[in-house]
Amino acid sequence: MTDRALVVVRAGALTTVQDQGRPGHAHLGVPRSGALDGPTAALVNRLVGNPPGAAVLETTVNGCSLRPRSAVTVAVGGAPCPVTVEGRPVPWGAPVRVPAGALLDIGTVVSGVRGYVAVSGGVAVDPVLGSRSTDLLSGLGPAPLTDGTVLPLGTPQAPPARVDAAPQPAPPAELVLRVTLGPRDDWFTPAALHAFTSRTYRVSPASNRIGLRTEGPTLERARPGELPSEGMVLGAVQVPPDGRPVVFLADHPTTGGYPVIAVVRPPDLPAAAQAAPGTPVRFVGTRRP
Amino acid sequence: MRVLPVGDGALLVEAASGEEARALHAELLRRRAEGTLTAREIVPAARTVLLDGVDDPARLTAELTAAEIPPAPPRARDVVEIPVRYDGPDLADVAAHWDVDTREVARIHAGTEFSVAFCGFAPGFGYLTGLPRHYDVPRRATPRTAVPAGAVALAGPYTGVYPRSSPGGWQLIGSTDTVLWDHARVPAALLSPGTRVRFVPVGRS
Repeated sequence: MTDRALVVVRAGALTTVQDQGRPGHAHLGVPRSGALDGPTAALVNRLVGNPPGAAVLETTVNGCSLRPRSAVTVAVGGAPCPVTVEGRPVPWGAPVRVPAGALLDIGTVVSGVRGYVAVSGGVAVDPVLGSRSTDLLSGLGPAPLTDGTVLPLGTPQAPPARVDAAPQPAPPAELVLRVTLGPRDDWFTPAALHAFTSRTYRVSPASNRIGLRTEGPTLERARPGELPSEGMVLGAVQVPPDGRPVVFLADHPTTGGYPVIAVVRPPDLPAAAQAAPGTPVRFVGTRRP
Repeated sequence: MRVLPVGDGALLVEAASGEEARALHAELLRRRAEGTLTAREIVPAARTVLLDGVDDPARLTAELTAAEIPPAPPRARDVVEIPVRYDGPDLADVAAHWDVDTREVARIHAGTEFSVAFCGFAPGFGYLTGLPRHYDVPRRATPRTAVPAGAVALAGPYTGVYPRSSPGGWQLIGSTDTVLWDHARVPAALLSPGTRVRFVPVGRS
């Protein structure tokens, strides 16, 4: 019997299992979770012959090292980084065969933040509410990987893609987020609304899977007080009392009491997953279609 | 009914009161069940219902703005009973806020029928309403870094039970062994919006 499993030799700074998340349970307080850079997760899956929703590994800055117990095909994408098998360089962003017992090392990113590692057959940990994603806000799904974790793998459904390399967007030098104002833009002064869409922010090192935190001009409220808790969407730009916008990412809370000044258009969120601390951020107002 | 756009695929519907929000939530669930409303998420909250993943926000906005929302249907018949020890570290503070003694806090709390207004904060955490407004209590000035799982707590007009250990700023009045969330169970959440709840006092263990 083939032992379809992956041994985590070096877990890296923060490596989690991610798929397309568990939407549909927000009314129970369950965040959607899922890969922050969904298109890249789908791409690396396609490269190894997996369906787009198979579970992959999401790494943070310094990659991870893995040893498959049986031969597998892997593909690494997202933030560009060196990849080696048994110390020999192999292509990034393309399907790579890793023999049983060989050491696959995903190195520190050259730019960007998050790497995505698809393995043929997909990571087959037990799903929770239909998803294998690790949710760092609520603790649902598998814990972040630690050295020595053994991950079960599924059975490959299709052969790997026959490509040498697939095009991927470069991590943003400047993060431009198109936003639609509201629903609580009336909680801010005209000066704050102007500053929000005209000044430049920077990605804060306190950013995580829950939210992209920013540093920059503080946004002054037009009214004091608290908003009764209300439902929150992916991409909501919430402004806590310190006045600095936070963009809600996949592990965001399902309800919140700080006013949402605007919502980022979903196609712009994957780039937010790859914006390193210090990256300039601009919020650009758009009209509703 | 005021309907606010939220990005390009969601709507936030504002109600005038918690009761109207409950009626609106029930009506939106009914419409989704009968197939006249498409929404990936219907998230009730204190005074609003969020519709996320809707097909045609502009059309739905017009429809909801003009809609007559029928009164909320009667609440579910079944009452979830949660055994509780009224032994929380903030019981005396709450008693002081209510201007009663600690036994009376337990008596009032256990004598109230609650219902889940909405969920949030953590999977399985319900915001329970039922106490009259003059029993509102503020959050603690300094939140605790760790509130144990099963803590029964008050803040503002709400009662809640912490499904797992987490930081928290609510006033802790008691504790329960009831499991609020177990993803291996169906349903995973003991409490969901609309669930009726009663706290049953038990002796200190």
